[in-house]
Amino acid sequence: MTEFPGATGLVQNEPLLWEQGRKGRCGFSLPRRDVERSTVPEGLAGDGPDFPDLSEVDVVRHYTRLSQWNFSVDTGMYPLGSCTMKYNPKTNERQAAAPGFANAHPLLPAALCQGGLELMAALECLLAEITGMDAVTLQPGAGAHGELTGMLIFHAYYQHRGKPRSKIIVPDTAHGTNPASAALCGYAAVPVASSARGVLAPETVAAVMDEDTAGIMVTNPNTLGLFEENIKAVADIVHARGGLVYGDGANMNAVMGLVNMAEIGIDVLHLNLHKTFSTPHGGGGPGAGPVCVRRHLEPFLPVPRVRMAGGTYELSEDHPLSIGKLQAFWGNMGNLIRAYSYILSLGAENLKRASELAVLNANYIKERLKGTFHLPHDRPCMHECVFSDKLQQAHKVTTLDVAKRLMDYGFHPPTIYFPLVVHGAIMIEPTETESKQTLDLFIETMQAIAAEARETPDSLRQAPTRCKRRRLDETAAARKPCLRG
Amino acid sequence: MKELSELKFPENLRYAESHEWLDAEGGTAKIGISDYAQDQLGDVVYVELPEVGKSFAKAAPFGSVESVKAVSELYMPVGGKVVAVNRALDGSPELVNKDPYGEGWMIAIEPSTPDEAKLLFTRQSYLDKLKG
Repeated sequence: MTEFPGATGLVQNEPLLWEQGRKGRCGFSLPRRDVERSTVPEGLAGDGPDFPDLSEVDVVRHYTRLSQWNFSVDTGMYPLGSCTMKYNPKTNERQAAAPGFANAHPLLPAALCQGGLELMAALECLLAEITGMDAVTLQPGAGAHGELTGMLIFHAYYQHRGKPRSKIIVPDTAHGTNPASAALCGYAAVPVASSARGVLAPETVAAVMDEDTAGIMVTNPNTLGLFEENIKAVADIVHARGGLVYGDGANMNAVMGLVNMAEIGIDVLHLNLHKTFSTPHGGGGPGAGPVCVRRHLEPFLPVPRVRMAGGTYELSEDHPLSIGKLQAFWGNMGNLIRAYSYILSLGAENLKRASELAVLNANYIKERLKGTFHLPHDRPCMHECVFSDKLQQAHKVTTLDVAKRLMDYGFHPPTIYFPLVVHGAIMIEPTETESKQTLDLFIETMQAIAAEARETPDSLRQAPTRCKRRRLDETAAARKPCLRG
Repeated sequence: MKELSELKFPENLRYAESHEWLDAEGGTAKIGISDYAQDQLGDVVYVELPEVGKSFAKAAPFGSVESVKAVSELYMPVGGKVVAVNRALDGSPELVNKDPYGEGWMIAIEPSTPDEAKLLFTRQSYLDKLKG
């Protein structure tokens, strides 16, 4: 009998801190005042925030207990498709905590933070080499911020040429943030459908590409986990009409060292350091979304840019065509350090191997679960595969039920109901860091759930039954959200 | 989700490929989403509707409907000018699930071309389409 990871143990209840506070409790003592007392200027004075009085142990237990309700990639497999929840090696944390980095004030003059600047310059070079692109900015704070940066660069490029354009082509297998980023820059998104094979057909793009279209945003591999095999032909069509090609590199984890993005026609590409390069992910950030460009777009990159002058590094604002500054200070420096640590730890060969294993793991799951779950596109996938609940519909069991039941077995649910082009999508991305034993356990779990769907469908609709919280009323949470403690 | 036989499709309405219904009886035409669409979406939590007075072409997005699963655009079954909006949906989006053809209506329009409605599905042809 297989032992699944999901089990129940003693889980502590934990009320809100406001309910626990008692007047007079204190977690620290201020040092004795050794300067003259002075008054706070009018306008800066006011009532303090409504914080409860708590002791140190109150606070430590509170957050420890909350963390025990949580699930993380350090707890178990987290196959959240398109989010690339890969393991975050602990050496990254050690490097980021090095006092020279961790204690550097963001306003230090360049002369006093040469190490940080050198790391940024070196990371830019490494990311350019990994992607095949020419120049990099590390500023954007996340993937969608990278997309916005890319769209601002598109806009600046056409502005500079004196011929602004108004539209952007976005395939239905792109990330949902793509049309939003384009719209933020004033572009109208022109949706195009993928072919029956789940990828872009060149003729579909040719039919909508015109001289008022700034270009196309392509997620490659796309959100079906399929490689856009016609990307070169699509890029040629867009370039022939004077357009630019934006590559959403959120799925770069599948192709590190395997695909040269410049060669397949990408002009601007963002990377998610918190996906592909193993920096922490989830919990709202911070992430990091560096943007890589071809040489002809380099003048438009955000400032300040790190450059070497007279043997030392400096931050340069001297780029008149730049789209300007997009992020406070130097970007999310802590994550730049972690990504640099990851790249140096693995080296070129192992980065490539990581991508190969990510693809192999996804294909292993796809092959072993097809038949148990409906597979809309039965062909080799990249780093993620997309199933649906079609075979479970006869028992009135939905994707949501399957996802909730997975938690009982001790796995984080995959991405569900995305991509929208697959009805009832179940999008699984195991990443390279899961062993064959873990993958087998996950596959066996999915098979057990499919059997439950046939035999005891009602029990699935009750899931989860072993978690701290049972099935949450998502409708009430969305209709009547409670947003304060 | 329900079987097709459990869903209602009134005879007097016309239906669009993108699952909106149109009630073209009388001068203005009411628009909402079909029983099938609300069932597929699941619990609706927010409905975004246009201002009165705005005009949209046939198939243009006029708003969006958000369920716990996803946000979906709403498309004009025919072109026209918005003359009324169901503001009750602001506070009670669940009306779309409870009564998609009644209290869950979304907008009323003045159609720009009266005959455009005839191009839409009838109850029977819409059902045939859903059966695939």
